[in-house]
Amino acid sequence: MSRRTESILLHAVLIAGAVVTLFPLFWMVSASVMTAGEATTLPPHIVPHAPTLAQYRELFLRLNIGRAFLSSAIVATVVTVGSVLFGSMAGYAFAKLRFRGRERTFGLLLIALVIPPQVGMLPLFLLMKQLHLVNTYWGAIIPSLATVFGVFLIRQFMLSVPQELIEAARIDGAGEWRIYWSVVLPLARPILATLATFMFMSTWNDFMWPLIILSDQAHYTLPVALASLSGEHVLDVELMMAGSVVTVLPVLALFVVLQRQYISGIMAGSVKG
Amino acid sequence: MSPESRAGLLFVAPALLVILVFFFVPVIAGFALSLTDFDLYTIGDPNNLRFLAFRNYGELLGSGIFWTAFINTLYFALVGGPLTVAVSLGAALLVNAKLTRWKSLFRTVYFAPVVTTLVAVAIVFKYLYHPRFGILNRALEAVGIPGVDWLGNPKLAMLAIIILAVWRGFGYTMIIFIAGLQNIPEELYEAARIDGAGWWKQFRHITLPMLGPTFLFVGIVVAIGQMQIFAEPYVMTRGGPLNKTLSLVMLMYEQGFKFWRMGYAAAVAFILFLLIGGATLLQMRLQEKR
Repeated sequence: MSRRTESILLHAVLIAGAVVTLFPLFWMVSASVMTAGEATTLPPHIVPHAPTLAQYRELFLRLNIGRAFLSSAIVATVVTVGSVLFGSMAGYAFAKLRFRGRERTFGLLLIALVIPPQVGMLPLFLLMKQLHLVNTYWGAIIPSLATVFGVFLIRQFMLSVPQELIEAARIDGAGEWRIYWSVVLPLARPILATLATFMFMSTWNDFMWPLIILSDQAHYTLPVALASLSGEHVLDVELMMAGSVVTVLPVLALFVVLQRQYISGIMAGSVKG
Repeated sequence: MSPESRAGLLFVAPALLVILVFFFVPVIAGFALSLTDFDLYTIGDPNNLRFLAFRNYGELLGSGIFWTAFINTLYFALVGGPLTVAVSLGAALLVNAKLTRWKSLFRTVYFAPVVTTLVAVAIVFKYLYHPRFGILNRALEAVGIPGVDWLGNPKLAMLAIIILAVWRGFGYTMIIFIAGLQNIPEELYEAARIDGAGWWKQFRHITLPMLGPTFLFVGIVVAIGQMQIFAEPYVMTRGGPLNKTLSLVMLMYEQGFKFWRMGYAAAVAFILFLLIGGATLLQMRLQEKR
């Protein structure tokens, strides 16, 4: 096989793969701007014959999906800020500050990486009930305010920060908080961005815990609201596709903007880990 | 205490507190819970709580629905896991090939499903799978293959969910494989080419062995993820048809949060934990042997 045919074949397979990968997302967007009933005509329409935003109007004006959007935004934002702050503090300390029991504590933390979160969900619910946090945003937020993954990711990065930098700041008389905040954090910006992106996306997409802890529609996050809608509106294909677009678009857009950093963060994390 | 070690303790305190109180304590309490008959009556009056030792586990192991969920979960992981690994390794080899142009574009496209919301894309796939109007059957019929009722047929429903899981998941493991591939020294391939080794020989004797640690990492990550399957059957099939897509996590959710049989549900969760722990150990052991 000549180099040229080889290259053509290779790219044909790659492009076919890309089409298959993108088609469900393309169809989701396309069906979301179809008129009611158009997605279930035969032969099927791949693109809308008369594009309309009617489904989005229905979603936002009558079904109040804006409320769920806001809930998702609040929960994901608070979790992101909290877990990046707490994760970076702990990750820095585990890598660079000497204190008793450091290695043992870190080793114990790592056990959490192989424990499925569902194992603790039943008692966690009972705990939240005791704390009167069932059906509140805090109930959805607090368990993710610090994650072992976040601590681990930041620690791996911090190990590469030169110790001399920290010692020099100490000699200059900077306090430990100052060193962390003004010397170390600026260096860690790329990994902080990776962790923030990761936490925002995974919290935005999270389904099971919000489903359990948020029982009242007024607090539903988007995935929970969408699952509940899909029960009532199973025949309204176009409406459900509009709901899916509203849910997926923010994270997909965030990914497209930050993809270079995000992907290289995952690569770095997996190689070192 | 030196200022450094005091600072160290203060810096780890918030994260440790959250992880301890809202993760480790519930996990340990989950095991304790699984040894009791905690249910709706106990929520009303804690005095109703009785210690059952391992009776919940005994009841589980004797119940048909548990074994159905257990086998479904295993089926999903044992078919979906290797399929995800195979597809992602294939994609990684293609994207990383020397001749490939627009590498980062393909990488981004293949990765995109990973960041999508599972509940949303599960709903999208539910419509793509529709026996009459779904695009998948229309496409199959266009090339002469008769369409099938993907989610309505007990033999196919789990397979349909596996296809969704592979679609959504392969991009993540692909990235890890690409990172692994880029760590293989180019000289190895050059030496092999000089010895006259073809594509397959190079793949078999250089690429695969050099990817060893990556396989371990990917295998563990995929197995842990797959065994937690919940949103797909919840949204697409409600565990049906004939309970063929009922997973362990779904069984736990229904028993625990719909029927409030929390002791019983906690036992389901712990068996899931053992299953995941076992799968992780098994893979590490297999890796050591090679």
